[in-house]
Amino acid sequence: MSVTYLEAIREAQTKLLREDERVFIYGQDIAGKFGGAFKATKGLAEKFPGRVLNTPISEDAMVGTAIGAALEGMRPIVEMQFADFSSIALNQILNNAGTHYYRTNVPVPITVRLPSGGTKGSGPFHSQSMEGLYSHYPGIVVMTPATVEDAYTMLIDAVAIDDPVVYCEHKYLYYHLKADALPKESFPVGKARIVRPGRDLTIVTYSAMVHEALAVANELCKDGFEIEIVDLRTVKPLDTATVLASVARTGRLLAVGEAFPWGGVTAEVVSRVAAEGFHLLDAAPARINAKDTPIPYHPNLWTEHRPNRKTIAAKARQVLAE
Amino acid sequence: MLQAARRGKKSSSKKAAPKAAVHERFLEAFRWMLLARTLEDKLRSLYRGGMIVGGVYLGRGQEAVSAACGMFLKKGDVFGPLIRDQAGRSAFGEPLLDVVRTYLGSVKGPMRGRDGNIHRGRPRENQLAMISHLGAMIPVMVGKLLAKRMKGEKGFVGLTTLGEGGMQTGASHEGLNIAAVEQVPLVVVVTNNHWAYSTPNEREFACANLVDRAIGYGYEGHKIEGTDLNQCLDAIETAVKRARAGRPPQLVVAEVLRLAGHGEHDDASYVPQEMKGQPFAEDPVARTEKFILENSLMTRDELQQLRTEIAKQVDDAVATAQQEDAPHAREEDWRSMSTQQLIDNPSV
Repeated sequence: MSVTYLEAIREAQTKLLREDERVFIYGQDIAGKFGGAFKATKGLAEKFPGRVLNTPISEDAMVGTAIGAALEGMRPIVEMQFADFSSIALNQILNNAGTHYYRTNVPVPITVRLPSGGTKGSGPFHSQSMEGLYSHYPGIVVMTPATVEDAYTMLIDAVAIDDPVVYCEHKYLYYHLKADALPKESFPVGKARIVRPGRDLTIVTYSAMVHEALAVANELCKDGFEIEIVDLRTVKPLDTATVLASVARTGRLLAVGEAFPWGGVTAEVVSRVAAEGFHLLDAAPARINAKDTPIPYHPNLWTEHRPNRKTIAAKARQVLAE
Repeated sequence: MLQAARRGKKSSSKKAAPKAAVHERFLEAFRWMLLARTLEDKLRSLYRGGMIVGGVYLGRGQEAVSAACGMFLKKGDVFGPLIRDQAGRSAFGEPLLDVVRTYLGSVKGPMRGRDGNIHRGRPRENQLAMISHLGAMIPVMVGKLLAKRMKGEKGFVGLTTLGEGGMQTGASHEGLNIAAVEQVPLVVVVTNNHWAYSTPNEREFACANLVDRAIGYGYEGHKIEGTDLNQCLDAIETAVKRARAGRPPQLVVAEVLRLAGHGEHDDASYVPQEMKGQPFAEDPVARTEKFILENSLMTRDELQQLRTEIAKQVDDAVATAQQEDAPHAREEDWRSMSTQQLIDNPSV
């Protein structure tokens, strides 16, 4: 038996609906036989009547409703059809859910699922990676699972957390990533994981870029370089301690992310390492992101817009050569 | 005062002799109006005296409709007030101390100096804490009501308020629509006070009357004079009863004039003099007092005594809050989340 990343998300939601009566799922086209644009909720509406609810195309109201339900003791999961459309709900997520605990002492346990990142041919409005934007605001946990196992356990963790969680699931990984079985145990929330040990360079990354980085590490291994890869898992909170410990071993840092280049997760990683671990560095820290243009539609352009094995490898060699 | 009222039926407030229970209800509402007016006059003078930091937003001119909003809600119901709802908040049960503590930044208040003025609330006690982005609280209310239904509760209702300015946001449209899609027991009371800050109605919307939107959203609509307490009580009572009974969401649109600036920093000099003579511009507190005296619901002495009592309550609350500590940056925990192990700490 094998489980895809997408199936892991569906299985996590099945378990949550089965075991916790406070959980319901709210989103566009998720109910009925259709089961969501990506089928992440397929079969769930039939299995759990009244708890997987279709909404109008109203992202702001979807999240607002989830906030109200959470205040009433529920644990709603909101499915955005694409991460890109969550821009319509920014106000509810950032200004309402994100401020609520600080202002009133009452936390808002909502989980907002964002089908994120690029796939071929998806273009400017169905490809975005918004983790940096959500992380910028206080009051929100931002998860970016890179593996089938994390997709499963972190979604279960997200719903258990009393505070708002933005859960960024990568669309490219939905079908491309498979595991033998669902995990029994979870890695602690908020902790980064060393997915590949090394001594020459630390690549800090998350979500789909973990797999690109692994491919680069295998390629450079042939030339005798041992690259350590840190999967952040949650980008907020950012596990600075694990990153610094890795840089202490390797002396070199490359941060890789699929989001736009200005600010964001990779900038935060580089900034923290520079501020807290400057003495650990043998070379200038580097980062690589998508280009500073809207995400292009055509695969010829798209594959060069986001970081890819070739550009990551080139940057890695550059840092290693310093 | 349902849709039919729009076709010219006038208020019956001056014709029918109110019965004892109606008297009692009317006088109770008046007390909340007077409390709100007295309290807000005090807040105004504290602001002018430099005792309040940040904005002061008054409900002057909206007391009748606001008081009615809080009057028909029971335990288990939810109230989502907005910036000009002091009377309704008090009628719903908000303690005076919550108001002055929040305005004065006392650490003992519900917001503890972290948020101010009208952004206060007690979500655990079904008083939602509004954010400044208008329309945002409508779907939050929908979520509260949806969750109550999911939990098997019965007989509850939610009431939230909005201005004619707030009704023009995208969030309001989404919220009003999703409430009808979910068929939650909701009353939305929109007070058209004719000004969105300094922008008049003709630059806010182009429909004949906002209550006409009720049919478009699948709501039942009610149009009232917001300065006539009897109309406000009748219409909002009807709307609350209907929502509670499982009828579609209810939209009440009341017309008044904002008898203050947008906030106390604003002298509202843009309001033309001729508008102040319009029927909707009447002061609802004065109109209600006049009605009370004309119908002998209270004597002049009783009215004066009530004013004195309320003024003392307000003064006592202010005196208490003024003696309390303001927040200290050093004692503040600076945590934006309840889950301590997930708080991001840039310097490890």
